[in-house]
Amino acid sequence: MINYFTALLTTILFIIDREKTVRGLKIGFKKIRKNLPVFLNMIILVAFSLYFVSDDLILRFLGEGSGAAGVALAGGLGSIAFMPGFVAFPLAGILLEKGVSYTVIAAFTTTLMMVGIVTYPVEKDFFGLKITVIRNTLSLIMAIIVSIVIGLFYGELFI
Amino acid sequence: MKKHLKDYWLFIIFVLFTAAGFIIELNIAQGVFNNFYSFFLTMVKFVPAVFILIGLFEVWVDKETIEKHLGEESGFLSYLWAIILASTTVGGLYVAFPVAAALYKKGASPRIIFSYIGTAAICRIPMTLFEASYVGVSFTAIRWMVSIPLVIISSILMEKMLDENDLESISESI
Repeated sequence: MINYFTALLTTILFIIDREKTVRGLKIGFKKIRKNLPVFLNMIILVAFSLYFVSDDLILRFLGEGSGAAGVALAGGLGSIAFMPGFVAFPLAGILLEKGVSYTVIAAFTTTLMMVGIVTYPVEKDFFGLKITVIRNTLSLIMAIIVSIVIGLFYGELFI
Repeated sequence: MKKHLKDYWLFIIFVLFTAAGFIIELNIAQGVFNNFYSFFLTMVKFVPAVFILIGLFEVWVDKETIEKHLGEESGFLSYLWAIILASTTVGGLYVAFPVAAALYKKGASPRIIFSYIGTAAICRIPMTLFEASYVGVSFTAIRWMVSIPLVIISSILMEKMLDENDLESISESI
């Protein structure tokens, strides 16, 4: 869909201002070429992550985990795993049915979304090492806070 | 050319090892290669379009517009823009990074681009729909209510933690 949108937009802009649009397209193609190696590196990391941190492995490990150790394990797996939402959430649904706590589910899905080990090559290329490390560290802390609040809400944790 | 080749070192090693793995019939080589191939195809379907759009954005959108709405002087509304833009972002963080870098170069403030990246991680609409239907609407609602303010606070914190030099490393990677 995004390809149709891009094609349509390019056509419209081309009619409005030919020179400007060609300049934009050139910048775009240059960026594709320049970013190809970084994205290839990311795809390689994803390929390994998918192989080693498979759905089965997550089901097996998180299925038994509970308490602080379960949350830590879930956060660790979420940080190194790579999964699109349409795979991750059905998986989370299965985990829930198996009796895994919402706290652990939250730790897993939130780190999965926010902390990216496999996207490291891309993030470092655009933002540098320091920003990448700070952002991922803060994200990990935020994920833990989110999972604690979720735990309190569902009555799984007590203060 | 030599410089270009250096950028591909990991890819070259990967290809060599995978080829070797295929020759000695290692399961892992086959598995990892299949993952690589299928994810590569997924990426090819939409990532080039993202970069074309960024290229057009750089030429067509005025710096003043971005500065006014997302820059240092922009108010509370700028966070709303960041969240709206984030929730409609396709793919994942790997798309948000180049978009954020392009916004920064056009004058968006650091706290806004970090808010954008953070909310692109947690608020993308298709993903949220999956979450709400499989894990529960209240789960999603609490997660949003807790994590969006946290992302904004941490973005402001990050802006304060970083100095000119760190921000200089934000590149558009042309």
